[in-house]
Amino acid sequence: MAFDPDVRWRLHHQVAVRPEPFGALLYHFGTRKLSFLKNTTIVEVVNSIGDHPDARSACRAAGIDDAQQAPYLHALRVLAESKMLVTGEA
Amino acid sequence: MTSLQPVPRLVEQFEHGLDAPICLTWELTYACNLACVHCLSSSGKRDPRELTTQQCKDIIDELERMQVFYVNIGGGEPTVRPDFWELVDYATAHHVGVKFSTNGVRITPEVAKRLAASDYVDVQISLDGATAEVNDAVRGAGSFAMAIRALENLAEAGFKDAKISVVVTRHNVDQLDEFAALAARYGATLRITRLRPSGRGADVWDELHPTAEQQVQLYDWLVAKGDRVLTGDSFFHLSGLGEPGALAGLNLCGAGRVVCLIDPVGDVYACPFAIHDRFLAGNILSDSGFGSGFANVWKNAPLFRELREPQSAGACSSCGHYDSCRGGCMAAKFFTGLPLDGPDPECVEGYGAPALAQERVKPKSSVDHSRAKPVMLKLLTKPPARLCNESPV
Repeated sequence: MAFDPDVRWRLHHQVAVRPEPFGALLYHFGTRKLSFLKNTTIVEVVNSIGDHPDARSACRAAGIDDAQQAPYLHALRVLAESKMLVTGEA
Repeated sequence: MTSLQPVPRLVEQFEHGLDAPICLTWELTYACNLACVHCLSSSGKRDPRELTTQQCKDIIDELERMQVFYVNIGGGEPTVRPDFWELVDYATAHHVGVKFSTNGVRITPEVAKRLAASDYVDVQISLDGATAEVNDAVRGAGSFAMAIRALENLAEAGFKDAKISVVVTRHNVDQLDEFAALAARYGATLRITRLRPSGRGADVWDELHPTAEQQVQLYDWLVAKGDRVLTGDSFFHLSGLGEPGALAGLNLCGAGRVVCLIDPVGDVYACPFAIHDRFLAGNILSDSGFGSGFANVWKNAPLFRELREPQSAGACSSCGHYDSCRGGCMAAKFFTGLPLDGPDPECVEGYGAPALAQERVKPKSSVDHSRAKPVMLKLLTKPPARLCNESPV
């Protein structure tokens, strides 16, 4: 699927986030898929993404400036592909 | 998986253990309507000390607090517990997802409809042959028909993505494509796992486990067609057969680190394949010096703390594949009578075969709920090799 970093994203309502020393575990109760967030910055982005108008501003708010966003946007794309993240208003 | 940093760091984190398991297996009962020859929990008879409904609910509350996302419920045949559906509903209402394994005995059209209505329950139907002939030889007469009826009922009720769970043996390894076709027919996903010499599996492992050639065949099949096949990461002992990462999944032993087993009486073992005193961490109902309850056992049990320490590679330390297979499966070694710090009995480098050929003593089962079977007596034709090797009667 296409991942558009310039639109609003949010966690799917069936996704639970469990904090871990390395980052967090994500579990989707609908797809029964597990994902790993491997640092605390991406955890911050994922947890707050619904509060921002688009994915890029969620990254900026977590202290990732535009030049460093590529790996984070990639991670968000992977999460969108596995339906952990969905577009739209909460 | 999301990747921002190299995977090995995560593997190390997992080897040191998490504050709570990612998932755990919970055998709800030792009672079973079948008597599969390879049953890893030696199930059959119900244990009189089986946890009550309330005790089970208390455990679910604790799992919710620990944010254990889901439990793999098994047995025995878990659906024969009269409170089974009550417990499933209680778990899902408390944000603990349920995947349960069944031989299909209770998956009637009505139950299938009910299951199809829930987003939080996943069903796994056990099948060990793609034909009745191969399946029933291991799982018992009529068990193939029972499983297929359950799959039909689920498909008719609109249940999406049931799992067909297959233990790979010498006799069904050639049927992998047929299993995949069966799964496709019922809108299900194929899940294949490794045969362990645990429980009654210890008695049949020598005859049933795939040969060395078949292990390669299995590995090649997984690499070629395993994309949409679940494995429970159970074939990590085969990782050395190809490039690192060719097999999907974490490929590490999670025993006591990211997984564990709760048995029907509340005993906590390191993993579902290790029901033996050697791997017993504690009991949820009693305090063995580190507090009672599941969280205390998980965090404080000496066995689990030991498993989270760096493990010795032992005899495998000079092998170039150690980084990929990590010495293989602890339970497979233990129950075949091999040293824990040596090669896996199905080591892809072939180091397991000579170890198996040597004199070894398989540990006696310490938990057995098998129903009594008639014992065949035979006359000795030569003196026994060891004490008590055969019945003196």
